[in-house]
Amino acid sequence: MSTEALFNLNAAGIAYIVSAILFILGLKRLGSPATARTGNRLSALAMLLAVLATVFSNDIASWEWILVGVIVGSGIGAYSARKVQMTSMPQLVAIFNGLGGATSAVVAAGELIRLIDLEELIPQDVSITIMASVIVGGATLTGSLIAYGKLQGVVPTRPLLLPIRHVINTVLLLGMIGSTAWFVIDPSISAFLTAAIMAVALGILIVIPIGGADMPVVIALLNSYSGIAGAATGFVLGNNILIIAGSLVGASGLILTRIMTKAMNRSLVNVMLGGFGVDDSTMGASGDDERPVTSILPEDAALILGYAQSVIFVPGYGLAVAQAQHQVRELADLLKIKGITVKYAIHPVAGRMPGHMNVLLAEANVPYDELKDLDEINGEFSSTDVAVVIGANDVTNPSARNDKSSPIYGMPILNVDQAQSVIMMKRSMSSGFAGVQNELFFLEKTQMLFGDAKNSVEKIVGEIKDL
Amino acid sequence: MFDLQTLIVALTVFVLAIFIGYEVITKVPPTLHTPLMSGSNAISGIVIVGALLVASKADGLISQILGAIAVGLAMINVVGGFMVTDRMLKMFKRSDGKES
Repeated sequence: MSTEALFNLNAAGIAYIVSAILFILGLKRLGSPATARTGNRLSALAMLLAVLATVFSNDIASWEWILVGVIVGSGIGAYSARKVQMTSMPQLVAIFNGLGGATSAVVAAGELIRLIDLEELIPQDVSITIMASVIVGGATLTGSLIAYGKLQGVVPTRPLLLPIRHVINTVLLLGMIGSTAWFVIDPSISAFLTAAIMAVALGILIVIPIGGADMPVVIALLNSYSGIAGAATGFVLGNNILIIAGSLVGASGLILTRIMTKAMNRSLVNVMLGGFGVDDSTMGASGDDERPVTSILPEDAALILGYAQSVIFVPGYGLAVAQAQHQVRELADLLKIKGITVKYAIHPVAGRMPGHMNVLLAEANVPYDELKDLDEINGEFSSTDVAVVIGANDVTNPSARNDKSSPIYGMPILNVDQAQSVIMMKRSMSSGFAGVQNELFFLEKTQMLFGDAKNSVEKIVGEIKDL
Repeated sequence: MFDLQTLIVALTVFVLAIFIGYEVITKVPPTLHTPLMSGSNAISGIVIVGALLVASKADGLISQILGAIAVGLAMINVVGGFMVTDRMLKMFKRSDGKES
């Protein structure tokens, strides 16, 4: 190796260290909304540095193909980042996760073909990591595509349960171990493709039995896999920046997965086994509940709110579906002018992915310091005059706290029932994702306001202006 | 290509990075979890480095095309991920109207 080439490699090594530090500092700045934007830019800078170091430390045989990839990829990325609606953010993240997995798999394939062309013996550590890259990458790709399909409604959101799915999955898993062993003994394209096909199939089969309501967990987990696939590729190429950045993402995804499963009172195993929400029909029987509820009109709600001193809004995904964020913020502004304190209580599973509701409300110009998470707000309900629940259901059900026989017993909930009075905006009496009747509806302090959330809030705003 | 010793070094880096990731990311508040996911998504686009390494060494047509595909896929992740995260973070404002 010439001295110049050696210098380039060392310079690249140092650039990679700087890049790793910038990634970590960038993530650290996500610790507060005030510094988060510069943090994201630091990470982008780190990426640019890593790319430049790679380009300048390697003799690139032909530029044409690489340039085509860069231009097409950047174009698609920029277009989708600009056009995506905030409600569709989970779909975008799902697709991006899948592409990350696909990249790892394609890189592994490219490296394998190069090594085979060299006609050298492929060491075992390299062949094992090539298999790890393609298996994790391939399964992440198809798993993400199914998750996207379920979120978008292209694939049925209800769990699809194949009768012998556990047998099929086990066979695929054993098949992948078998083909990895085959590949380590004889690194051939056919062994590689066998594993790739099985990984792709497994990705589909793992996500398809999982119900739409569990998709936040699935996306967080796939997020983690896309990082782990990147780290595995780092092992293939013996490249530390890939290992570091990949494991940061892997850790992030795992933490979010744990937060989500905890918020849903489920274990990861339980989510992955799938089938949750299948027996809707049997549990829906409780929908025939004949107990009386108090129903009010928007005018009544306006009176209750107008004469309150403190109000907590509890938004759920129903709010985003009705696109009522802006109306709710307008209502909150009116109440604040009257000297009423307004806060928002955000349950971790309020949206379709971790933190989704916060983004939807931020889009409607709700200040982030008014958004309170579960632990922050739960002590405050008892000293609050009115809690307004908009399009949320299961996360407000006191049965989760009181009724040991309830399927959602033990799930962390917002203690809405402790507020002095409760306004519940809902389309109908139907039960939530868990298929359980909400005891909150039948409390004496609860007033049901039926109808489209956007419409109802608009009417309340009009009434309060006239008060 | 590397021997056992470099594999151990790589594993050390991997384990330490997971620990740093855990420490840093548990401090991200729930309100930023969506930007965290899209941002870390962009970071997982670091496989662009691997894609470039493979593409730069490619000589046959198949490996050149594979390299270009890998670079393209990774660039969607990188450019799209960072841009959409910035778009979201731009919306987070305090009640005194100060931008994030």
